[in-house]
Amino acid sequence: MLDVLVIGGGNAALCAALVAREAGASVLLLEAAPRDWRGGNSMHTRNIRCSHDAPQDVLTEAYPEEEFWQDLLKVTGGLTTEALTRRVIRDSATCRSWMRRHGVHFQPSLSGTLHLSRTNAFFMGGGKALVNAYYRSAEALGVALRYDAAVERLEFDGSRFVAAQLVGGVRIAARSCVVASGGFESNREWLREAWGCNERGEWPADNFAIRGTRYNQGVLLKDLLAQGADRIGDPTQAHMVAIDARAPLYDGGIVTRVDCVSLGIMVNQAGERFDDEGEDFWPKRYAIWGRLVALQAGQIGHSIIDAKAVGRFMPPVFKGVQADTLPQLAQQLGLPETAFMQTVNDYNAACRVGTFDHAVLDDCATVGLTPPKTHWARPIDTAPFFGYTLKPGVTFTYLGVKVDERAAVHFAGQPSANLYAAGEVMAGNVLGKGYTAGVGMTIGTVFGRIAGASAAAAARASA
Amino acid sequence: MKVLESLIAEAEVARVLQICNACRYCEGFCAVFPAMTRRLEFPKADIHYLANLCHNCGACLHACQYAPPHEFAVNVPQALARVRLHTYAQYAWPAGVGRLYQRNGLVLAVAVWLGLAFFLILAMALKGSSSGSGFYAVFPHGLMAGLFAPVFGYALLALGLGVARFWRDEDPGAASAPAVQEATVNVLKLTYLDGGHGQGCNNDDDRWSQARRHAHHATFYGFGLCFAATSVATVYHYVFGWVAPYGWTSLPKLLGTLGGIGLIVGPLGLAWLNVQRDPRQGDAAQKPLDLGFIALLLGISASGLLLALTRWPLLAPAMPLLLCLHLGAVMALFLTMPYSKFAHGFYRGAALLKWSVERRLPTTLRLGSE
Repeated sequence: MLDVLVIGGGNAALCAALVAREAGASVLLLEAAPRDWRGGNSMHTRNIRCSHDAPQDVLTEAYPEEEFWQDLLKVTGGLTTEALTRRVIRDSATCRSWMRRHGVHFQPSLSGTLHLSRTNAFFMGGGKALVNAYYRSAEALGVALRYDAAVERLEFDGSRFVAAQLVGGVRIAARSCVVASGGFESNREWLREAWGCNERGEWPADNFAIRGTRYNQGVLLKDLLAQGADRIGDPTQAHMVAIDARAPLYDGGIVTRVDCVSLGIMVNQAGERFDDEGEDFWPKRYAIWGRLVALQAGQIGHSIIDAKAVGRFMPPVFKGVQADTLPQLAQQLGLPETAFMQTVNDYNAACRVGTFDHAVLDDCATVGLTPPKTHWARPIDTAPFFGYTLKPGVTFTYLGVKVDERAAVHFAGQPSANLYAAGEVMAGNVLGKGYTAGVGMTIGTVFGRIAGASAAAAARASA
Repeated sequence: MKVLESLIAEAEVARVLQICNACRYCEGFCAVFPAMTRRLEFPKADIHYLANLCHNCGACLHACQYAPPHEFAVNVPQALARVRLHTYAQYAWPAGVGRLYQRNGLVLAVAVWLGLAFFLILAMALKGSSSGSGFYAVFPHGLMAGLFAPVFGYALLALGLGVARFWRDEDPGAASAPAVQEATVNVLKLTYLDGGHGQGCNNDDDRWSQARRHAHHATFYGFGLCFAATSVATVYHYVFGWVAPYGWTSLPKLLGTLGGIGLIVGPLGLAWLNVQRDPRQGDAAQKPLDLGFIALLLGISASGLLLALTRWPLLAPAMPLLLCLHLGAVMALFLTMPYSKFAHGFYRGAALLKWSVERRLPTTLRLGSE
């Protein structure tokens, strides 16, 4: 009989498969996607957050365990499991040599990401290069791989995994199993249900784009929860970013982000501002704007900048709408001209320009304006003017199954003897809400490896 | 060269680079991406520069989250390769002759070679024996020098003028000594075929390999050694009056034999890798151009090495025929040189120097952090 069945084909699944195989187990990995789309959301990632006490190759200075812990405590607002999270942080300090052994290459932080050079190790070529390296290593080690292999249902004996039922009727039994099949963010029906209908009679989730893979349908997550696995995380919560409204429905990835919000103003379909664009640095705010835009009519926002902002933000993938006058811009964006001009004029009049500096929280702010713009407030008065229409893009969902330190899935408070979970499907144990760059890959890598080792040990014990 | 075709190729590069510039995951692989991040727009001259900076290592294709079947259909090496050929044609001197690049394939190369060899055989047969000894009994030294020197001179002039146009199209300014040194090292080491991590480039799939780099080194240095052999022999002939043939342990013979072996092993390796290459990596339509050049290099080295063996009495009768084949191949290489794959070395070298100059200049962008 097969020792370890790994369900999923992204970073966490691959880490689990590699470690289980290294421990001597026979391993079969089932990827629901075809080969061209393998790797789930991992192929859109670019770095892993790692703690370290001194400069290490591509990582500068130090990022001690305690600081990493405080960062996670802050972004999750305490919605985390300390024992699991500390384990993730501790293992993040040592996992990179193992990653390198399996062919992952690192590079210094990319241009425009200097603020991450201390905390995040960047994959050379990004997540798809990492995924390619892991698949290659898995093949070399003798991990059996199957693409287009979507699992429909798991078979249990109590909380003990027995077999997986594939779409199309194939049944695969194994001594132990790792579920690393992601969240449910690609399942539009489920998102619709989770977000519900708003007071305007809209179903907001219908207007969301999915930033990652179309294959995270949450089939196994739903199956596990239905079969009694303990739940963690809020099903109505998802990590969302304001992205270009022209983004594809799936797999838009990183390029669809638009980084000029803090340099101008953001208006809704009514031509009105609705939040402080200059509250903090963009890397700390981009996730907030996803939700803010989701709350506007039509789930649409428009970032408006003038010529002064050009060359001061990361180039976006789509060119903005460009006009020589503000009324023309309003027309092109489909905004009510009078209301829009009122908003811009009020804003321009309220700007108290000091010394503009996008690299610090500067002293350019509005006075007597609601909502205020507290930094980088400069009048929008220099042609040409640009507008970027944004909509919410879902990165991942938080709902998952509860696990313990060995990555064992809990059923009614008790760990399963041979079912383990890793990656997005259990990330909610560490990250109940919020996000900080690269932590998804940290959780996936650390828990993938734990799950692989646990599954191999469980298979050995029952052989 | 068809204008519309080259406009389409350039528009595709601009489209692709706009996506890349918003992603930047590939920055560590080579110089193309750091050069890209210094720009927000990609007008023609920039595209030509980046197209020639690309070594077609394939790393960014296999690592790309937006590669086909993604709807963004990003394929940087292919987009740049398609423009690259157009740049050779557009900068070619004299203007208009550049269209030869499109026709300079395997068939033409071999046809020119064999045609010239046939012509030489014919000339030899009609002329009968002459007064010199060895090779020069077949073709007097003066005749060979008189034929090759102008053709080689023309090749260098045409390539030089083309590259000068390329340089002026987007002149990064004066090249400092460190920039020249860095670019030279990048050419001699083929730095950007190492994948940025030292494990080499991609060829038939996402596996890293040094094979292409090594095969190119064998070709490049093999060619260099053969060229050195000829140069030394020229000095021997004109300065010291030492007339060929030279002994096995003489400098021209040693250099030529070593170089010849390199020029056998290298081009064979390059041809094999070229045929095996993932068709998405680079522009498959240009393979005849690559293979034509490779065939001539192989023709030169194989006939040259065999020619050296004709000092062995058993092979001596084959000497005149091999000499015709060898001279035909060398002549064909020189004749097609300015409009062949050979040009890539000149444009690549110039692009690498542009990069070494440019990256020492302060950037005008202040993009903030994402």
